[in-house]
Amino acid sequence: MSTVLENLVNQPYKHGFVTEIESETAPKGLSEDTIRLISAKKNEPEWLLEFRLSAYRHWLTMPEPAWPNVKYPKIDFQDIIYYSAPKPKKLASMDEVDPELLRTFEKLGVPMNERAKLAGVAVDVIFDSVSVATTYKQKLAEVGIIFCSISEAVREHPELVRKYLGTVVPPGDNFYAALNTAVFTDGSFCFIPRGVKCPMELSTYFRINTESSGQFERTLIIAEEGASVSYLEGCTAPKFDTNQLHAAVVELVALDHADIKYSTVQNWYAGDEKGVGGIYNFVTKRGLCKGVNSKISWTQVETGSAITWKYPSCVLLGDNSIGEFYSVALTNHHQQADTGTKMVHIGRNTKSTIISKGISAGHSNNSYRGLVRIAPKAEGARNYSQCDSMLIGSQCGANTFPYIQVHNDTAKVEHEATTSKIGEDQLFYFQSRGIGAEEAVSMIINGFCKEVFRQLPMEFAVEATKLLGLKLEGSVG
Amino acid sequence: MIKADAKVLLEVRNLSATVAGVEILKGIDLTVRAGEVHAIMGPNGSGKSTLAKALVGHPAYTVSGGEVLFEGKDLFAIAPEERSRAGLFLGFQYPVEIAGVSNSAFLRLIYNTGQGAHGKDELDPLEFDDFVREKMKLLDMDPNFLDRSVNDGFSGGEKKRNEILQMALLEPKLAILDETDSGLDIDALRTVAGSVNRLMTPDNAVVLVTHYQRLLNYIVPDYVHVMEGGKIIKTGGKALAEELETRGYDWVVEEYRKQESRPGSPAYAESHL
Repeated sequence: MSTVLENLVNQPYKHGFVTEIESETAPKGLSEDTIRLISAKKNEPEWLLEFRLSAYRHWLTMPEPAWPNVKYPKIDFQDIIYYSAPKPKKLASMDEVDPELLRTFEKLGVPMNERAKLAGVAVDVIFDSVSVATTYKQKLAEVGIIFCSISEAVREHPELVRKYLGTVVPPGDNFYAALNTAVFTDGSFCFIPRGVKCPMELSTYFRINTESSGQFERTLIIAEEGASVSYLEGCTAPKFDTNQLHAAVVELVALDHADIKYSTVQNWYAGDEKGVGGIYNFVTKRGLCKGVNSKISWTQVETGSAITWKYPSCVLLGDNSIGEFYSVALTNHHQQADTGTKMVHIGRNTKSTIISKGISAGHSNNSYRGLVRIAPKAEGARNYSQCDSMLIGSQCGANTFPYIQVHNDTAKVEHEATTSKIGEDQLFYFQSRGIGAEEAVSMIINGFCKEVFRQLPMEFAVEATKLLGLKLEGSVG
Repeated sequence: MIKADAKVLLEVRNLSATVAGVEILKGIDLTVRAGEVHAIMGPNGSGKSTLAKALVGHPAYTVSGGEVLFEGKDLFAIAPEERSRAGLFLGFQYPVEIAGVSNSAFLRLIYNTGQGAHGKDELDPLEFDDFVREKMKLLDMDPNFLDRSVNDGFSGGEKKRNEILQMALLEPKLAILDETDSGLDIDALRTVAGSVNRLMTPDNAVVLVTHYQRLLNYIVPDYVHVMEGGKIIKTGGKALAEELETRGYDWVVEEYRKQESRPGSPAYAESHL
């Protein structure tokens, strides 16, 4: 097939610049001393240091997971910088933020300052490992919402952090979660008290800047009884020829009648067209629907990273709780993605929906991997899964690995899967009506993804649509 | 309507084309002037659809010889999408289904692209909705086709109407309609033919590719060409189509062979080299 398809996937990465900013960086390598250094830098309480150290000791005994359908050279964990922070780091207001940094976010199109206010989005910005700015804090505090960096939460609200940290993703949950627990440097913390509907979208923007630094952020979101929140996450990184490790952990807790919506547009640097460089995105995201009638909804648009390994999951513990997973994963060139979800039904009448759209182009490989587990006591549980793959060109791969474990006879589990290919005839149909191949592909892809895009907050949906278009530019020919 | 001084829209000179390395078209000559209706008939496998697809630039068809001028310009020098914008249209025999892309968005995109190419005003979604619904009425199309995906799950007849709808939106200078009559019942045929006739002006032209004479009762051709073995072997008027309907194609083929095998004919010369 045609050169049309091949040219359409070749678009330079536009977030690939490096910001010259003075930063304080720990030496490469990982040991108990590194962890003590991180903890000391952050003036952490003793319990947190112990928490980290126990995770580290556990990590040392764990093998790297070999089951994902991805290939990469062995990672040297001693060759990574585990702490890098822009200086100065204590900021009283946005005015004190390094202007270079502000310009960086300007370039990325992240709304801060006035623009944040206009957009009605509260933003927390994580640069390398440290939260540099949180907007709108005051206004949120008036309704009792805490939205700050997790380091600040450890200082200001230790009882909340201690109560929930590690309760959804335990320190020894998996290799990368254990590593994160040992060395996480910052991330976002969000607490919505009982009965409060968060009046605006909360947003965190992550950026890896320093070469060979790892990013290990930790996000914790708690929605108390009857609370609701919509949370957005965006990610970019400069271009480097070396691979960088991103091993984040996100934990969500929804109590009775609470509702958390978590949306991600992930555009970490994916490496060049030959597959050199790019982010290894090894992330553990899990939500616990702890209370009755609670709901957690994940929406992700994954377009970046050399390797993506992530399974945003829901543990449906409360009766009548609902878990949702809406995903678009696009891989191009030599990108590899092994992504999906886990829906664990424990409570009665729990419901889950999985809509996964995988798009593969170039020489990339895109796998959906998902688990639906119905526990013995989950009377009346229901799941609907739909996994669609689309292939662009003939050098790429798509796989679906569904795991279904049903231990209760009253459960209803449905799984549908399709694979399609953007064919020469479809493109030609557009062309014969005056539409160029690139626009045709973008229209077909957006049509393919629309069930997922519909779940995104509007600004994000627009951004996601544009992003997919850019990512595929040049892949059709 | 034939007018000797009408502008030449399409000039096909000695065109040959291959599909997967096999030569299907073996020297086609065809001139289409503004205001004319041409019918290209012939048995299965004679190369009719290949001619249609080669003209619009389908990538599976390789032009191996000859030239084609569209309004005096080299047609093969421009990409398929530019040929459309220049005013060439193909109504497909088997329109492809495009799941997930809404028909209304698709129709609006092609309409506005065409308008843009001709320096005319584009329509916003609301204006376009009114506009397209009017066009659909003329084709007796249910407006709910707007909400469906392009051709997705359409019956054969619905797909054909959707093709003619696109022709009505683009108002091409030259429309090639490939087996537009197949899959249509008699009422639908009449509706579709009526729409095509309404779109005819002294400045545009239609080439109908068809198996059967049936369609030609409704869209009356000025010229009927018979294709066989990748060549046009006979050209006549409307009466030829009627004769074909009653007598089939064999006699035309035979007549052609006799003529070609006479000493002195180019085919005779070729085969006796």
